[in-house]
Amino acid sequence: MTTVLDELRQSLHGCMQESEQVIFLGEDVLDPYGGAFKAARGLSTAYPARVITTPVSEAGIVGIGVGMALRGLRPVVEIMFGDFLTLAADQLINHAAKLRWMSNDQVQVPLVVRTPMGGRRGYGPTHSQTLEKHFLGVPGLRVVAVCDLDDPGGLLRSAIMEDDDPVLFVEHKLLYPAAVQSLHDLGEFDGHRSGTRYPVYSIRVVGAPNPVLTLAAYGHMTDLARKALLRLAYEHEIFGELVIFTQLSPVDPAPLLESVSRTRRLLTVEEASVAAGWGAELVAIAAERFGPDLRAGRVGARQMPVPAAGPLEEAVLPGVEDILRAALNLGVATSSR
Amino acid sequence: MPTSAADFELYRQMQRIRRFEETVLEAFPRGEFYGTTHTYVGQEANAVGVLSGIADGDVVVSNHRCHGHFLAYGGSMDALAAELMGRQTGVCGGRSGSQHIQWKDFYANGILGGTLPLAVGMALSEKRAGLGRVVIAFLGDGTLGEGITYESLNMAALWGLPVAFILEDNRYAQTTPLRLNLAGEMAGRFTAFGIPLVEADTTDVLEIQAIGEKAISHVRSGAGPFATILHTYRFAPHSKGDDTRDPAEVAHYRERDPLPLQGRRLDEATRRDVEKIVETEVEEAFRRAAGAPPADPSRLTEPLSGYA
Ligand SMILES: Cc1ncc(C[n+]2csc(CCOP(=O)(O)OP(=O)(O)O)c2C)c(N)n1
Ligand SMILES: [Mg+2]
Repeated sequence: MTTVLDELRQSLHGCMQESEQVIFLGEDVLDPYGGAFKAARGLSTAYPARVITTPVSEAGIVGIGVGMALRGLRPVVEIMFGDFLTLAADQLINHAAKLRWMSNDQVQVPLVVRTPMGGRRGYGPTHSQTLEKHFLGVPGLRVVAVCDLDDPGGLLRSAIMEDDDPVLFVEHKLLYPAAVQSLHDLGEFDGHRSGTRYPVYSIRVVGAPNPVLTLAAYGHMTDLARKALLRLAYEHEIFGELVIFTQLSPVDPAPLLESVSRTRRLLTVEEASVAAGWGAELVAIAAERFGPDLRAGRVGARQMPVPAAGPLEEAVLPGVEDILRAALNLGVATSSR
Repeated sequence: MPTSAADFELYRQMQRIRRFEETVLEAFPRGEFYGTTHTYVGQEANAVGVLSGIADGDVVVSNHRCHGHFLAYGGSMDALAAELMGRQTGVCGGRSGSQHIQWKDFYANGILGGTLPLAVGMALSEKRAGLGRVVIAFLGDGTLGEGITYESLNMAALWGLPVAFILEDNRYAQTTPLRLNLAGEMAGRFTAFGIPLVEADTTDVLEIQAIGEKAISHVRSGAGPFATILHTYRFAPHSKGDDTRDPAEVAHYRERDPLPLQGRRLDEATRRDVEKIVETEVEEAFRRAAGAPPADPSRLTEPLSGYA
């Protein structure tokens, strides 16, 4: 079994090997520790001159990454917890994202900022958040989220080696130990992958009739959404299509609209609270196209910080039951056989 | 005594900045510009003195008060005037305006302190590249209030990077005087990180040039970062019409105007020649900018999707 963490780590090694321009920096990233979530393990041993352990200075190291990118390197900055991105927001929004455009294309910023997000580890309100929604819609900043499908390492490689613009690369903590699911071997599902650099996947239960519901998810939520998809099929005879995004911003509306054009029902699933979130953007895009013909709902966390105690955390973060309930609330008729 | 070529050039460069900025301030109320500006009137000797010592390929990181730095760096006056006027021929095609000038190895940004880690990152790149290039980063006294400043100083010193920090203390941040902004000593902010420095209270471009050379040769030698603290004064408002300072105080500092100080080193006829040459250059720059086509909305591209 290969885990998402294995793939991400191998991808980092591969990128460092592929190009001398790739520099890795972050807090506590040297061996034997290899970063708080071990994504960098082995990296400083293999490439001692290009792995830099930094002071605890999130804004500073993202800014340093921007500076290096401006001068032709391809820096990868690890932010230990996604919660700390707040400290680097100025560097991402006012510098990384704007420089290319503001300079009238005289410069470019091929920077990747990688960070773990999300809860269900009991880390409490400041170490469990899903903060990427605050970085969506920033012109010039791409937000990408890995999931356990297909090719997590390839996704990271695309961001580091192929993208000449800044990428915020989000890794849900629960994905690290998760097994990578091959698209051709999804067991109860059939999967399809778009041809874009940051793929969109669509999956359906094997042998299911035409879907009557579109679920949209990313990151770790794709796992919960898959479970919900199965239960909807087996327990309620409601067949859906799950559309999984790896690029969260800017949103590519085409695959969303394509699926919703067939189902006219959209349920978005994200781990953050839904207020002003990713799902809100997707629902808005669908509503602009389908107007009164659209039924839509959003599943996310309750609008409060993520608590530390297990039962409280579980009560706040969205689960499979929440997805089921929301799906049934959309007034989906049982699919006709 | 005949005027030396060096004195001539220093005076000419300062005069270019002075007359450019005065023209901007004159033209603003007439509505020839759109947006905002921060002029460098009174501080010319800093940029001209320090940047006379840079080599091709050296990086200059500037801030909101960037016109003087840009002109001293060698940037085009025509393109700067055009950028301020929102013309297609502006340095950044009208996208960036007065505070975000980008050209060759010159980078300015209007976010105070946010530029400093970029300067450190560029210095890190240059150190790795090993071509002997250095980074010159300007900051104001008010920017000592930003936390990112200290993250940047720490990493620059920790990694021994070729970056010279040029602190221009004009004694105010916008309207707030130093005494309401700053605890402790300015120099201590650098020495705490082990960054050597020179501090001077002067408007003499020759003195500043010597200090700049010391700073640049230090960082170019690979000895790590260096700082200069230049106590100075701006004669014009922070931006346009927002001067709350005591006019008597401004008048007092005007007695230390860097231009006449350097102008006296030129013989009278040469000085007048310089002034005439510059007058024509500035007039032409603004005339050409005014005649250039306005920035064209049809050339706006969306980032990312436009580059996919
Ligand atoms: C992060 C940030 N905060 C506030 C401002 C608004 N602002 C612009 S210039 C300025 C004062 C800057 O003072 P100083 O660093 O001393 O530079 P000076 O204007 O004196 O050259 C302020 C507060 C800004 N541009 N960026
Ligand atoms: Mg000041």
